[in-house]
Amino acid sequence: MAETTIFKFSPARPAPVNTEGLIPWVKSNLFANWQSALTTLVVGGLLLFYVPQFINWAILTATTVPNADACRAEGVGACWGVITEKYRLIIFGRYPFEEQWRPLVATLLMVALLVMSCTRVFWKKWLIAVWVVVLAAFFILMYGGLFGLSEVQTDRWGGLPLTIMLATLSIVFCFPIAICVALGRRSNLPAIRTFCTIYVELIRGVPLISVLFMASFMFPLFMPAGVTIDVLIRVLVGVTLFAAAYMAEVIRGGLQAMPKGQAEAAASLGLSYWQTQFKIILPQALAMVVPGIMNNFIGLFKDTSLVYIVSLYELTGSLGLALNSDADWRPYKLEGYLFIVAIYFAFCFAMSRYSLWIEKQVNKSKLR
Amino acid sequence: MSVAPRTPPTKRDWSWRSQAFRGLLYQIIAVVLIGGIAWWLAANTAENMRVRGIKSGFDFLTQPAGFDIGESLTKFDSNDPYWKAFLVGVSNTLRVAILGIILTTILGTLIGVGRFSRNGLVRGLCQAYVELFRNVPVLLQLLMWYLLFTEFLPDVTEAKRIGDIYLSKGGITFPKPIWESGHLFGVAGLLVGAIGAWFYRRWARSKFEATGQIRSMFWVPVAIVLAVGVLGWLAGGAPSQFAVPQKGEFAVEGGGALTPEFMAVLLGLVLYTAAFVAEVVRSGISSVARGQSEAAQALGLSKGQEMQQVLLPQALRVIIPPMTNQFLNLTKNSSLAVAIGYPDVVSISNTALNQTGRAVECIALIMLVYLTTSLLTSFFMNWYNAKSAIKER
Amino acid sequence: MTTQNQDNIIVFDKVNKWYGNSFHVLRDINLNVRRGERIVVCGPSGSGKSTLIRCINRLEEHQEGHLIVDGTELTDDVKAIDKIRKEVGMVFQQFNLFPHLTVLENLTLSPMYVGKMPKKEAEEKAMLQLKRVRIAEQAGKYPLQLSGGQQQRVAIARALCLTPKIMLFDEPTSALDPEMIKEVLDVMVEMANQGITMICVTHEMGFAKAVADRVIFMDQGQIVEQNTPHEFFNNPQTDRSKDFLSKILGH
Repeated sequence: MAETTIFKFSPARPAPVNTEGLIPWVKSNLFANWQSALTTLVVGGLLLFYVPQFINWAILTATTVPNADACRAEGVGACWGVITEKYRLIIFGRYPFEEQWRPLVATLLMVALLVMSCTRVFWKKWLIAVWVVVLAAFFILMYGGLFGLSEVQTDRWGGLPLTIMLATLSIVFCFPIAICVALGRRSNLPAIRTFCTIYVELIRGVPLISVLFMASFMFPLFMPAGVTIDVLIRVLVGVTLFAAAYMAEVIRGGLQAMPKGQAEAAASLGLSYWQTQFKIILPQALAMVVPGIMNNFIGLFKDTSLVYIVSLYELTGSLGLALNSDADWRPYKLEGYLFIVAIYFAFCFAMSRYSLWIEKQVNKSKLR
Repeated sequence: MSVAPRTPPTKRDWSWRSQAFRGLLYQIIAVVLIGGIAWWLAANTAENMRVRGIKSGFDFLTQPAGFDIGESLTKFDSNDPYWKAFLVGVSNTLRVAILGIILTTILGTLIGVGRFSRNGLVRGLCQAYVELFRNVPVLLQLLMWYLLFTEFLPDVTEAKRIGDIYLSKGGITFPKPIWESGHLFGVAGLLVGAIGAWFYRRWARSKFEATGQIRSMFWVPVAIVLAVGVLGWLAGGAPSQFAVPQKGEFAVEGGGALTPEFMAVLLGLVLYTAAFVAEVVRSGISSVARGQSEAAQALGLSKGQEMQQVLLPQALRVIIPPMTNQFLNLTKNSSLAVAIGYPDVVSISNTALNQTGRAVECIALIMLVYLTTSLLTSFFMNWYNAKSAIKER
Repeated sequence: MTTQNQDNIIVFDKVNKWYGNSFHVLRDINLNVRRGERIVVCGPSGSGKSTLIRCINRLEEHQEGHLIVDGTELTDDVKAIDKIRKEVGMVFQQFNLFPHLTVLENLTLSPMYVGKMPKKEAEEKAMLQLKRVRIAEQAGKYPLQLSGGQQQRVAIARALCLTPKIMLFDEPTSALDPEMIKEVLDVMVEMANQGITMICVTHEMGFAKAVADRVIFMDQGQIVEQNTPHEFFNNPQTDRSKDFLSKILGH
């Protein structure tokens, strides 16, 4: 045998050229070559020209005095006074003014519930109980009639609480339907598969507005004589049926991505079809499509703005309610729009960031 | 020893506990249940309509509509029947959808590719655009554009003039070439040029395959099309008459015009959908495995060849299905035009519904129009996907 | 029908199966497996060996002939299928553990939901099986945190939790890194010595020689040859089996 030599590792040392820090970043990202430098100058120049003008209008020369005369003064930019004057009408719609703490508390509860549901620590069985409690509290607060709260009919509900309620409830209610439809589309029973496919393709083929028209004009005709259903519930049913078709497709994607071996292993252990689906397949498939579900929810949140076309005064509608009939403030509708744009943006942006984060988590667990 | 292959038997054993029987039973239950619900709803509807005295049927389509339509590609007046009004609505929907799809594709692709720019400023701006526009409801965006067009532009009588283009609350008015028979030669020229370009490409490809010489496959054909088109136009006498809008006392007259409703719908839909298209393009490009690019470089392909021969064909396969979805979304979202009074098919149906009370019929018509569009598109897409799928085991 | 010997726990009688209309994957299979017998099935890929054992717990259904497992004929009858699946355990090439459940939950799932066993009893029994495959300390972990060899041992323990009369192995070591094959084979050898009926599709010829009572060689959907391992490896009877053995033992 030859004598063994001992291998010596050489120590690690830092790179000869500094590639981290601000200056190298600017060099490689803004002035890498002459085309890039030119682009930087042109784009940067445009930004330097327009951004200060916008800031000047929106902040420096803006006024927040809730007085239309102050806005009409010479040299005044944005008139945020319209918000300080009308924000309660915009956010809570026609809800009785002195009772508006109720939708405020209800909305805060609902948002807290949503945040909680997005946090992994709380993904326990009792979260379902929390949902039931919060939803009940939401309705008691909004509708009243209990605990000495005065009754407020649904036609006076409006603004942000309505937006959040429509989005949340329809996503919750659409879930069971969507799961059944997704399983049905993968069933080996042709009749059931056909029904589910027709449902999904039918709904996905038409715009939400036509479903809302159906909810407001045709649902009353569907009911037996004498039965009337609140317009809010009709719209909720319409939005739920609409969302269920899209959700079913997301879930079906997850089901399709499941390896066949999982179902086979469950079968070899003697589990029945429903046991296999609920214990083995769905938990994994749903975890896989959480980002898709989030994106659906964001879409739904934005789509609730459409109920304004069938005369429910959610955020977009309540802005019109607040300004259209008021000749003094009507000219400042743009500021009003920017205000609710900011609200929608805050919600949707936060949710899309969360969705990105969870997507990374899902991908990580796939690699694990 | 060896057994010859045969085809399987078709008979099945029947018993109450067999899977086949149970499957049939479940299906019969489903059919009866769904059929029962449908029958119940239909019976209720019929009863309600009888009680309320609502007439049903599509006979109203031949009656005069009795309303005017703000914009229409063909002449329409209030004595024309409902069916004609519907057709105008459909054509308005298609007009905004097709134009929107073209513009969205261009803008979305630019922004999506911009996310890969070497310039940090461009990257940042593109990302900011995507985040801003896709996180605000499209309806709100439409309403805002409409507000900008109708409140912040000058009155028609004080229309702002840029060259021969007039901007006002009444919309945008611009010079339009006057159609002459000479233009026909130009169009014919373009067609001939396109055929020529196709032949040129075939010739260049066969030349390339035979000799290995690479010829321009894009710029030369484009030049051929344009050159023959211009030749045709010259042969037709080079007609260059424009209808230039003139500012009258109460309105801007002549020339081509776009209404603020049309512009708001188009702009809103394009800017909103472009954000999604940009994301589709971005994820399509980044979905092509890094190894593909490395393999192409290892084979010595140039940057352009790498893009054209290796990356794009793979990225397109990923991009096209979600892209079609976005196009369908844009088409469906064009129904929001009803909120600002652009006379698309939904808004016309809505008017008809309010005038005649035929809710079932009008909503059915709306759904029919959109379903037809969607189904045609998805049939085409399925065919395309089947054709372009990577063959795998 | 063939005479049904009380000693035969599995009887294939002229079983035929097709994939689609043209691929005749099992052709006139006749096979009797005695109680407690240990059989190794081998053959080239696509020869129908996996399909053969997947028919036994009806993951695949045969279309012609009779297949009787422990006195119950496998037909379309759902009750029969439920009964058979409780008596037949299966181990897959890709383990097919449930990644969203812990090792212990993987093991107790079927006893609790199919066997209606109380949770405590199921867990005790599961721990016993985990000890048997020498992996009891990993009970609280998730399957993807374990190595391939450990996962396959968990899969074996899971299949044993229903106290099956028959164990089916579908290439249990093919997806494993070489250094992990032994730990799985050791567990299997141990099981074989305890007298359970085993049918194992594998190319591990060492394992076949050590424990099998009979080796079955399949090709093109047919049983070409069956013999004791000693006879089969040293004195193959047909050209097909000679050819096959020369390929897998060639190196």
